[in-house]
Amino acid sequence: MKLAGIFLLIAGFVLVSSALVLLSPNAPRGAFVLAGIAVQILGMGLTFRAHLSPTEGH
Amino acid sequence: MQLPPTALTETGTATCMLCIFLVPLTGAGLALINTGFGRSRSASHSMLSAMCVFAVAVLVFLFIGFAFQGYTGRPAHLLSIGGRQWNLLGADRFMMRGVVFNGSTVSLVACLQLFSVGIAAMIPLGAGSDRWRLGASCASTALLAGITYPIFAHWVWGGGWLAQLGGLALCGNGAIDVGGAGVIQAVGGLAALSISWILGPRHGKYEMSGMAIPGHNIVMVLFGCALTLIGWLGLDTAGAMLFTGAPIATMPLIAVNNVVAASIALLTALIVTGVRFTKPDASISANGFVIGLVSISGVCAMVSPPEAAAIGLVAGLLVPFSVEWLDRLGFDDPSGAISVHAAGGLWGVIAVGIFAQGRPGQWLAQVAMVAALLGFVLPLTYCLNLLLNRFYPYRIHKDGERQGLDMSELGAGAYPELAQATNDHLYR
Repeated sequence: MKLAGIFLLIAGFVLVSSALVLLSPNAPRGAFVLAGIAVQILGMGLTFRAHLSPTEGH
Repeated sequence: MQLPPTALTETGTATCMLCIFLVPLTGAGLALINTGFGRSRSASHSMLSAMCVFAVAVLVFLFIGFAFQGYTGRPAHLLSIGGRQWNLLGADRFMMRGVVFNGSTVSLVACLQLFSVGIAAMIPLGAGSDRWRLGASCASTALLAGITYPIFAHWVWGGGWLAQLGGLALCGNGAIDVGGAGVIQAVGGLAALSISWILGPRHGKYEMSGMAIPGHNIVMVLFGCALTLIGWLGLDTAGAMLFTGAPIATMPLIAVNNVVAASIALLTALIVTGVRFTKPDASISANGFVIGLVSISGVCAMVSPPEAAAIGLVAGLLVPFSVEWLDRLGFDDPSGAISVHAAGGLWGVIAVGIFAQGRPGQWLAQVAMVAALLGFVLPLTYCLNLLLNRFYPYRIHKDGERQGLDMSELGAGAYPELAQATNDHLYR
């Protein structure tokens, strides 16, 4: 689950950077950027959730 | 923000240099904070780790880091997309051989960056207190100072693609980070998150429900906070002059904004913990002071004092809940480094988009910076440290942790007058 979360973090970054680099300023870049951040929030949620179960260390 | 490389006046150079000389006090403050929040049986180890990590960061950055970071107008690796040249990575010479130390802007940047990368490298030590081996922390620092930090610093401060967003993609003035809320603090804070993930909690931390392991010397922590303020004034002023072209006349504004944000954040954290726990919590209040400095550093030269107060207020509200929330999620972060530096740094980056006056679309550049921190810096830092941990285990063995890192790794304690023999994991 942590791996999936990390992939979502990267995917959100790719979405945000692609929107700003590839789209023209007249395009709805803000929507893509916010969507990318939403994907990253989901990714953070997954990675944190994955950390929840094993609390005691080595 | 992408500035043409312009030379400072003689007065500007002298002022900037003096400000840079104050920056190591931030490192000293962070070292004291990390040590005070840790256990007494690892105090000596914690201070030595801070110095070793600083030394490793400085040397690695000198040898290879600055070559990747570069500076606006210096050689860089470019990528052409849609007819536009995006600056991805610095291509300077290794060992700073391309820098002439004659008071030029690039020499001042190189000097400031040596201290800045040292500060960023010290932040994860707080999250790894009482269980992170000295050699492993130095090895991890080499990765931070040689790869992660320079790449991201290039994107923001070295004329990289995030800075170019203003000119090439009409996103305000491009990514702005005056004093390093993102480049120094969030990068260090996200490294702290990765280290906390990899190390796991201290033994005894979650064995008994509701059990907290308090720091061993809160006076040391509070004195560290006072030292960080002095260093922060220098860091933010030097950053403003070098990375945003701010004139010397903005120095009073930067000082006022720093003090106001830190004060408001401290009082807010104090009141929130006082209301929630019936008495104010000194450790979270101290964290409130530092998160105020962290969050204002992104925009310190560009907002009015009331706006700085608003930024500090949000930061002060953020820290008590973030510390408690991360603790419940199983993150053992003795000094609150993740909450203060990662959460505070991200808020500082976003605050630029909200409060900075300038061309429209600034928020897009700031959100892109946040996305790069979460989607590039965090995964890269985590994966590099996870890989290194496979070959060189980060965590001290169980007996070493019980004995304390001082005795286990150094052979002598910081407080020899205190008895050292015990089987209790929670022994101070």
